[in-house]
Amino acid sequence: MVRLLEFAGKPFVLIIESFGKVSLLLAATLAWMVRPPYRIHEIFKQMEFVGVNSLPVVLITGAFTGMVLAIQTYYGFRMFGGESLVGATVALSMARELGPAITALMVTGRAGSAMAAELGTMRVTEQIDALYTMSVNPVQYLIMPRVVAGIVMLPILTIVSDFIGIVGGYFVGVELLDINSGIFMARIVEFVHLSDIVNGLIKSAVFGLILSLVGCYKGFNTSGGAAGVGRATTQSVVISSVSILISDYFLTAVMF
Amino acid sequence: MKIQLSNVCKAFGDQVVLDNLDLTVEPHRITVIIGESGGGKSVLLKHIIGLIRPDSGSVYIDDVDISVLNDRQLNEVRKNFGMLFQEAALFDSMTVGENVAFPIREHTRLSKEEIDGIVEEKLRQVGLKKVTGKMPAELSGGMRKRVGLARALALNPKIILFDEPTTGLDPIRRDDIDRLIVKTQQLTGATCLVISHDIDSTFKIAHKVAMLYDGRIIEYGSPEKIKHSENPVVNNFIEGKSSSDQRLADYV
Repeated sequence: MVRLLEFAGKPFVLIIESFGKVSLLLAATLAWMVRPPYRIHEIFKQMEFVGVNSLPVVLITGAFTGMVLAIQTYYGFRMFGGESLVGATVALSMARELGPAITALMVTGRAGSAMAAELGTMRVTEQIDALYTMSVNPVQYLIMPRVVAGIVMLPILTIVSDFIGIVGGYFVGVELLDINSGIFMARIVEFVHLSDIVNGLIKSAVFGLILSLVGCYKGFNTSGGAAGVGRATTQSVVISSVSILISDYFLTAVMF
Repeated sequence: MKIQLSNVCKAFGDQVVLDNLDLTVEPHRITVIIGESGGGKSVLLKHIIGLIRPDSGSVYIDDVDISVLNDRQLNEVRKNFGMLFQEAALFDSMTVGENVAFPIREHTRLSKEEIDGIVEEKLRQVGLKKVTGKMPAELSGGMRKRVGLARALALNPKIILFDEPTTGLDPIRRDDIDRLIVKTQQLTGATCLVISHDIDSTFKIAHKVAMLYDGRIIEYGSPEKIKHSENPVVNNFIEGKSSSDQRLADYV
């Protein structure tokens, strides 16, 4: 009986233990954000990696998300003569939901995985130990800049994704499906409020924190050579993606 | 600087790695710790630089017990250390020059020109020229270890730790690294602690040798004393005989 309970309870204990460790890492990271040295150079380097280098993939996915949304809503709304609402639906969906979520998932695949792989490799090749021996705290030098970059760059990428998604929706709705341009834009202005965009950006900042923290945590705690690095990378993408979608629900329920 | 370990115990789960270990490393000398692979030599080294804390016992660096220091105090003590890792542990996102400059940039306020000068000097000291702009991936194993040593020497450490410095090198490169360790010790006067399972190298470079077995130091002394040890475990190790060989010989 005790063994059965142990067997059944082990995964929960592991989850709670991991949650505790991630929380401690977050606390250490937040503490290093306000303690010198501030690592401005490293922060900008990571902002370039997380933000600037993710632009192409965010532009492509954002545009096509807006485009497909326009087609789908057009065919649905046409059934009851509501084509004029396509623009507002695309804009609201992008700002409140799809912009933040799609951007976060794409950056998780691109940058979150790279963080886990890079830190994991540094761990198994003793580069992280080398930092300790040189009296440099790896949380401050490696993790804090990545987490700051995640929190700052995700909202910026989300703005880009929102905008390009609406442009994509406009192109499909107005140019291909012949919705009146004036009505398309007027409905956007009428239905989309600043709070929709701001709340979407707050969500994206939280997603940025999740994907960078999970990527760094998994990489930092890697063991077992090249196979361990591969495992850490896969786990970081899966855990980040699932956490982003779960937290998305709760954040949306609270904010909107 | 003197290193002293007193009653150090360390276990990972059920596996006891260090068992009431006592060791005193003489200052300004080269001490080599020999022992089987997986016998806890690296764990011992990591205790000395504070990467691992003992379950019980003390690690003294010049009479300061580092096992009870907080991170900030430990970082101050670590500034006296340089460490050459087994695979050099160079930062592969940085050039050779940036690697050697890294600890200087972190802990001094020297100008770029001054740092460049020190980097050149340290690389010359380990026998390397015109490699500052190269990436670690472009270097051979032996060259990477030299760069690792140059980085370890960057802040003129008083203690230099070497984690299996000759592992994975051909006999000529191994001899090069042995000479380099001796030359570095003579030049800097630092306390050098080497962990190794390479017997030839050990007897070439050591002033003192300690044998780690079963979590304890079972023999300590000059290379001559170790060579003529009466302890069968030490003899077997030096002669490259495993205990299973011995059992097999007894059986046959």
